[in-house]
Amino acid sequence: MNWTEIIAGLLLLAGAAFVLVSAIGVVRFPDVYMRMHAATKAGTLGAGLMLGAASIVFGDLGITVRSFVVFFFLLLTAPVAAHVLGRAAYYAGVPRWERTRLDELAGRYDEADATPGETARPAARGDDIPYP
Amino acid sequence: MILFEGPWTFLSVVTLVTMITVAVSILVASLRVMRGPSLPDRVVALDLVGLLAVSVISVMAIATQQPVLLDAAIALALIAFLSTVAFARFIEWQGDKAE
Repeated sequence: MNWTEIIAGLLLLAGAAFVLVSAIGVVRFPDVYMRMHAATKAGTLGAGLMLGAASIVFGDLGITVRSFVVFFFLLLTAPVAAHVLGRAAYYAGVPRWERTRLDELAGRYDEADATPGETARPAARGDDIPYP
Repeated sequence: MILFEGPWTFLSVVTLVTMITVAVSILVASLRVMRGPSLPDRVVALDLVGLLAVSVISVMAIATQQPVLLDAAIALALIAFLSTVAFARFIEWQGDKAE
């Protein structure tokens, strides 16, 4: 029992706690958007802590680089997946929680083809520049 | 293999506890996969299950002293991301008919 084992064990326990909290949040939150919030952030942090524990246990440069590659890949792809999925859920008309009070996208989507409507264009863009 | 054999060390106990916790998390997340009222709920829960599988693989790499398993974690993270994006495009394409 040395210090690297203790640090790796603590990282594993913290990662397990974060992962469990994110799973509970996915079940308990009332709304698909809040569930997305729980699954993306806490889940990514938990998996990253466990990968860090793996890199500490093995103590090898190649394995450390490999586990950090996995972590950065998760860090890059989780927001992209959550954004794409949230946009799809909003366009598909998944109902929000009944106590949600602010919907800044209301009326800014063209219902026909799932593209941002005219009002969605930021004011800072020039008027002659068409949206994407 | 430091799990399931040999003397109980600190790291093996912690590894076992972590594996049990992650397994419980997978069960809880698949509860939402089964129950979720809409298709995006199920896809969010499936994305979380994929992330938990990556966690299980990294813990398994520690438990069995096999760092080769991290390559499988890379491939699994890639597949989970691609499947989530594909499901999102499918939901957008289907509109509110996707149930």
